[in-house]
Amino acid sequence: MRPQSMKVFDELRNLNVLTVQNAKQNGERVVGCYCTYSPQEIILAAGAHAVTLCGTRQEPIAAAERDLPRNLCPLIKSSYGFAVSKKCPYFEAADVLVAETTCDGKKKMYELMSKIKPMHVMNLPQSQTGEQALAAWAKEMEIFKDWLAEKFAVEITEEDLRKAIKLMNREREAMRRLHATTKVKPSPVTGVDLLVAVWTKGFNINKEDGIKLVEDLTAEIEELASQGISPFSPEAPRILLTGCPVGFGSEKVVRLLEECGASVVAFENCSGYKALDRLVDEDENKDVMIALAEKYLSIPCSCMTPNEGRLELINKLAKEYQVDAVVDLTWQACHTYNIEAFVIRDYVQNQLNLPYLHLETDYSESDVEQLRVRVQAFLELVQGA
Amino acid sequence: MLTAGIDVGSVATKVVLLRDHEIYHLVRPTGWSPRDAGLNTFQELLQQTGYQESEVVCKVGTGYGRISLDFIDKAVTEIHCHARGANYLVNGGGLVIDIGGQDSKAILMNDEGKVLDFTMNDKCAAGTGRFLQVMAAALGVDVSQLAELAKDQQPLEINSMCTVFAESEVISLLAKGSNKQEIIAGIHRSVTRRVWGMASRFGAAKQIIFTGGVAKNLDVRNRLAKEAGAPVIAPELGQFAGALGAALYARDLASKELS
Ligand code: SF4
Ligand code: SF4
Repeated sequence: MRPQSMKVFDELRNLNVLTVQNAKQNGERVVGCYCTYSPQEIILAAGAHAVTLCGTRQEPIAAAERDLPRNLCPLIKSSYGFAVSKKCPYFEAADVLVAETTCDGKKKMYELMSKIKPMHVMNLPQSQTGEQALAAWAKEMEIFKDWLAEKFAVEITEEDLRKAIKLMNREREAMRRLHATTKVKPSPVTGVDLLVAVWTKGFNINKEDGIKLVEDLTAEIEELASQGISPFSPEAPRILLTGCPVGFGSEKVVRLLEECGASVVAFENCSGYKALDRLVDEDENKDVMIALAEKYLSIPCSCMTPNEGRLELINKLAKEYQVDAVVDLTWQACHTYNIEAFVIRDYVQNQLNLPYLHLETDYSESDVEQLRVRVQAFLELVQGA
Repeated sequence: MLTAGIDVGSVATKVVLLRDHEIYHLVRPTGWSPRDAGLNTFQELLQQTGYQESEVVCKVGTGYGRISLDFIDKAVTEIHCHARGANYLVNGGGLVIDIGGQDSKAILMNDEGKVLDFTMNDKCAAGTGRFLQVMAAALGVDVSQLAELAKDQQPLEINSMCTVFAESEVISLLAKGSNKQEIIAGIHRSVTRRVWGMASRFGAAKQIIFTGGVAKNLDVRNRLAKEAGAPVIAPELGQFAGALGAALYARDLASKELS
């Protein structure tokens, strides 16, 4: 049975657009973000709204390919395509954009995008280790704060920041509880639904409402679980998904896995759990920028070198969610995740002793049947055929 | 007990009827309707062997057309059927390399023939039977002649991986007056390099079993052994490995239901 609250999330997609447009009419400010590295706390402290703009749809890609090379990751092309085609209401609503120097493709695309809207790009260190990286990232936080304050002609106080940190931590905790509902065997909710809920939340500009919605959904799923209700049979293999970000419109692999009889219970990718694992330190004695920098720098993204945190997180999630197998998704032309697949395979197969499948694809439907063979064969393997 | 395995590939449909240790087999072109190809080949083999359809206790389908077969009891992916069939033909596990019409795959098995891991070529046709077909057409020869023509020839370098570009490369080599037989040897080397590049990630295997239509090409087989630095076994019924594996699954399934 599908949780009733999911209907609310389905409708939210259109509703959110109205909320953003209303907010705009009331003179409120909107900041578009592209990645989990964007410090939403600073945006909130500036009294503005943050929306996630990562491109997860195929439609705008053709428009993007007029300016960008074809063999580029679909996420980058989709993000840029939305910007140039003016088809994304959230992009249109954004007063300014914030981005980070993550992978090369994004970095260079942002240069083109910055001609469309005012954009601030934060210089992300490539490594998480060492005082230097932390200090540099904290400094970048400061620079972004000043930039935003000037753009919006507001003052961003430490008090505002501390308040925003508490709010964002509450949101993270609510999201973690939502994810945790799938720990029950068999999972009371499909991976596709979980993905929709998580993804839709990114467009919800009213944080308190958003937290409430997520809490209601969680409560309902927990209730289903307590009654032993699940869309899956107890034998359905439990899958951990890792790799590139996945969202609505680019959920084909999740859908395929579940169509073929698996249950996707854990999302390690940055659209899932990656950015939730660590909260911002609320210690009032700690420098607020350092506290923020510590949290965001610790995100185990493949653009970091080395990126051991990803292995630790996969290990942790694999155990907590009692998964039977790991699927690693790479968007075509994403070099960082593609190359890391080598290390992940070795780790999953030899350290965790779990079956591992690496899939490389894009947002189009052209290879669904080929992917289906791989997925079915993999599930046969997991089930010991 | 009589069981059937029906392997509907993109180019050819293979059917196996299995009874104890007796293997009856038949191959037909798939054509435009995978369902009809599967059903007709199955019925033709029944006719040839004199069995009645009612005597077949279980039918398992595999291959890309398996989803459209509405008369089978179960569908199993070609990965598992190929491994199963290959291990039946050549005992002891190892690495199965299957080059089919549309895709090629490498399957790692343990000593009992259980699948441990597998890879497949992605969207593109390099390293598949289709690649050989296109090249043969460009050279004006039949695919079945390739092996003989390339025998003991020094391969010319073919650089393009993409089928379309490799085709124009071959045509320009011809125009330059290059030796046709050396070109074919080059094409074979290109296919085996590509396939071995994919399979070698599993490291050294105890034995390599080469199946699928292309395994009949002796020159490709020899070059594959050279790439791999290990002997390559091509069982006689290699082309039927998938169908045989399916028939073996059907046997398991039927025994489970009987017990
Ligand atoms: S994968 Fe890395 S760069 Fe891409 S959106 Fe996630 S955190 Fe950002
Ligand atoms: S998926 Fe890979 S290539 Fe695409 S934006 Fe993320 S890190 Fe960059």
